[in-house]
Amino acid sequence: MFCAGAMRTHKLLGLHAEPGPLLNWVLTLLPFVLLVATYLVASHKMLEENPRAKLLPSVQTMGETMKRLATEPDKRTGHYTLLHDTTVSLKRLLTGILLAAVTGLLLGLNMGLFPGFRTMFLPFVTFLSIIPPLAILPMLFIVFGVDEVAKITLIFIGSVFVITRDIYLATMAMPKEQITKALSMGVSQLGAVYRVIMPQILPRLLNTTRLTLGAAWLFLIAAEAIASTEGLGYRVYLMRRYMAMDAIIPYVCWITLIGYCMDLTLRKLVSWLYPWYGK
Amino acid sequence: MKNRPYIITIAITLFFALTFTASASDKCRIAWSHYTGWEPYAYMQESGLMAKWAKKHNVEVEITLVNDYIESINQYTAGAFDGVTATTMDGLAIPAVGGVDTTVLIVGDYSNGNDGILIKGKPGEKLGVKNLKGRKVMLVELSVSHYLLARALAKNSMSERDLTVVNTSDADIGALFATASPGAAAVTWNPILMAARNEPDAQLVFDSSEIPGEIVDTLMVRTDMPEGCKRAIVGAWDETMSIMSGRGQATDDAIEMMAKFAGATTAEFKAQLQTTFMYYNRADAEALIKSPEFKKTMDEVRKFSFDHGLFGQGAPSADFVGIEYPDGSVAGDKNNVKLRFR
Repeated sequence: MFCAGAMRTHKLLGLHAEPGPLLNWVLTLLPFVLLVATYLVASHKMLEENPRAKLLPSVQTMGETMKRLATEPDKRTGHYTLLHDTTVSLKRLLTGILLAAVTGLLLGLNMGLFPGFRTMFLPFVTFLSIIPPLAILPMLFIVFGVDEVAKITLIFIGSVFVITRDIYLATMAMPKEQITKALSMGVSQLGAVYRVIMPQILPRLLNTTRLTLGAAWLFLIAAEAIASTEGLGYRVYLMRRYMAMDAIIPYVCWITLIGYCMDLTLRKLVSWLYPWYGK
Repeated sequence: MKNRPYIITIAITLFFALTFTASASDKCRIAWSHYTGWEPYAYMQESGLMAKWAKKHNVEVEITLVNDYIESINQYTAGAFDGVTATTMDGLAIPAVGGVDTTVLIVGDYSNGNDGILIKGKPGEKLGVKNLKGRKVMLVELSVSHYLLARALAKNSMSERDLTVVNTSDADIGALFATASPGAAAVTWNPILMAARNEPDAQLVFDSSEIPGEIVDTLMVRTDMPEGCKRAIVGAWDETMSIMSGRGQATDDAIEMMAKFAGATTAEFKAQLQTTFMYYNRADAEALIKSPEFKKTMDEVRKFSFDHGLFGQGAPSADFVGIEYPDGSVAGDKNNVKLRFR
């Protein structure tokens, strides 16, 4: 959209567009409104034809179903389904991603700073990172059983290499003079790594972890779909067996909301802990 | 750019319009998925029998493989197909509960050992259903495997509270059971069952031959499907059944073809047919659905489905969908009959 000859900056189009506060809101909300509106129209049409159609349930049906799943204990297990699924899934997700972040930081940092370490691990990590984790999922289940370990391992494998490689790149990009200076001031080698370089890498770690969360969710759901007794992904796949879209759609929205909140938290954490980062 | 939302809306509307009008002409689409008792549908399509009968009744019938059982039923329920191969249980829980008025056109077979419960024991150990207590049992939750387990437990005065059900994908259950340590348990169907049974120390503690006539595999169609299509499909099916049950070259060729579709050797496929009670004679199938035992079975199925939430979170009771039997009697809501046996 090239606006030739326009003297003042356009409100909507062009590289220098400056939408006002109101227009900003409108632009932000527009795609959401369109998506919801399209759904509502399609759902209404379908339900008019067959009031019990399962594919696109009405907002009211979804609300009632979710109310039941959130506030009434399950007949067989006595758990509150939504709460239980959420805690179980979050535990898996956070354990996996936390392990991946710590491992990724240590591996990436040391690969970036110690040439010996780098020679030994860089080709290996690069090689492993190419393996599609989902393709070896059945193997994970066979090795680690159908319990928690296999699911957490999948999330770990799915995120650790991306984090490692990103931390490695960030470490390599650090000016080497810093280390020279630190060493000449009498800091030990490990001190230079963990007290000079690492604190500068930590915000990058949080950001990378934040971006890896999407993949981590994918692996969580995939693992729960294959063999599970509880969890958000388990529920979605179980409901699929009888096409209960009135529960699946709100579950997907719920997963999205949790994911968004995690993203937001990490973003705020970075700007709160490391106000200098990215400036 | 500005027109984009319109284009998307129009595209979506068109998509739905097309899927809904597909059933308006006398062209009918049937979805099937792999199962011993349903391989004849592939044979009907590939051998030209279906086309022959369709021509006779002046209609078009297309039989399409959907390589995922539940997905095929979902697509039928959403309107992409006019008929689908399904068990009575899934037909009740998905299309019928979903408000699609469905008629069981062909009662093809019942599982007579095709579904079974396995436990891996220590060498020399004698195991039974009672030994499931306290174990983790791998199965596709809410499937006929789950129903079989519920029936086996009931027959041994146990309940699902006595064990833990692990929802396991049918794609992985065979490998997981094969590599599991002693104590593992699984409920599955053929051909997975056949392979898993041959694992050392695997014992079959219960199978569907102990509940004959309960896990019934059918072809169900929209009740408003054009009569011509219905007659053509039934005609082609009957001819296929008489070929299958006959003797001679035509029979051998048909069985060999079906084995190939199933991805099995002819011997393996014949072994699977042994545990499938095929209704080669339609009168026998009609006798089954007219029998009082069948109504009892459907009541078991309804109860199981309702107890496990298959009728949806909001269903008030097992009676909320009506099932009509050939004698005109209705189980459940008379004003909401969505599954018909005729």
